[in-house]
Amino acid sequence: MTKKLHIICSINGQSAEFLCEPRNSLLEALRDELKLTGAKEGCNNGNCGACNVLLDGRLVNSCLVMAAEVEGKSVTTIEGISSKNGLHPIQQCFLEGAALQCGICTPGFIVAAKALLDKNPHPTEHEARHFLAGNLCRCTGYDKIIRAVLEAAECGAKK
Amino acid sequence: MKDITYAAPKTIADAAALLNDKGDRARILAGGTDIIVQVREGRRDIDALVDIKHITEVNELTCDPTKGLVIGAAVPCCLIYENKAIAKAYPGLIDAVSLIGGIQIQSRASLGGNLCNGSPAADGIPVLIAMEAVCDIAGSKGTRSVPVEQFCTAPGKTVLQRGEFLIRFRIQAPKKQSGAAYLRFIPRNEMDIAVVGAGVSIQFDAAKSKCTAARIALAAVAPTPLLVAEAGAALVGTSLDDASIAKAAALAQAAAKPISDMRGDADYRRHLVGVLVKRALAIAIERAKS
Repeated sequence: MTKKLHIICSINGQSAEFLCEPRNSLLEALRDELKLTGAKEGCNNGNCGACNVLLDGRLVNSCLVMAAEVEGKSVTTIEGISSKNGLHPIQQCFLEGAALQCGICTPGFIVAAKALLDKNPHPTEHEARHFLAGNLCRCTGYDKIIRAVLEAAECGAKK
Repeated sequence: MKDITYAAPKTIADAAALLNDKGDRARILAGGTDIIVQVREGRRDIDALVDIKHITEVNELTCDPTKGLVIGAAVPCCLIYENKAIAKAYPGLIDAVSLIGGIQIQSRASLGGNLCNGSPAADGIPVLIAMEAVCDIAGSKGTRSVPVEQFCTAPGKTVLQRGEFLIRFRIQAPKKQSGAAYLRFIPRNEMDIAVVGAGVSIQFDAAKSKCTAARIALAAVAPTPLLVAEAGAALVGTSLDDASIAKAAALAQAAAKPISDMRGDADYRRHLVGVLVKRALAIAIERAKS
């Protein structure tokens, strides 16, 4: 087997290090090595968005990033979205709006929605749907998801 | 995924030496949105990924009003469409980079990878061909330049020889009274592979009454992205009136040699070529006149 690589990066604002094989994806490293199992493996080929994380602030599919690539970079997972004070407004709005059924797509949607609202705090419904086109929900909960994201944008505006 | 090695060379020379050593057992990793899936699914059998993103040259993105545009091979789509100078000067390019995949893919996927992947359906390529983009290729024996339309040789195959890799695209500075556009057809709104794509560019004379140059390129209708030189030539000297545009569209349809597959049969694709070429020309004309 190929020698393991020692990777040092920042995960959810804290310095982190892990060992990985060169063939491991970031998703595998997060789930299997770092035990951050919030990011889900859905399609494992970049279509579904269930594994979404922020890499240096950019929304990416962690199944399409090699673990070795994150050396020196900053990763934010769903585990880093809430704070000590409680859920993030996006999470709160998903909860209150019942914007999930089975929940597998939810971490990806919330991370993607965070990326959207960081960039565009007041998206139109069209903009929100366009931005979230790379996240699939097979329980057909899109309307509630979009409403939760737009609600979170309004909450953000009030704060 | 099968066992592989990962290397991240910092210079062109180091990358070329690695690629020369490993030959077709190594592939470049830029955005990874194609290659990682291909290796994972066993569609490309390789031993090594060579991550080029630590090489300065492949990350260059400069837009100069006189020198033109330089796009490093590993620059992700999002940096191209977020660049205000590029968005203003090259709206046809923005058409293409903003519809490749979803936001997550655009964070990573590069135009260089889109070309080197060698897909006939690549969305980034027709408009690069229409805008006469040139590829700079580095190798262990030095560098060479190839027009984008000559880069792909068959599905998944390119002109790259052992030890060579793409460094950058160079695109000329936009001329006054010129315009470009890219349109593709997919059966849903986002996130799909082109059934047909059409990239066009046109140039008017100073009076904006006669066309002095035009290029039309197509995706997903031949084994490689296709420049239809005769369709562009048919527009030169015309006022880009409806009859001339219809003639160019018919020439593009005649040059298309599509296959039938799950995305559409050959006749359907040929029909779409006509529709998309006409619509893309209308957009390019409007951009040239504004």
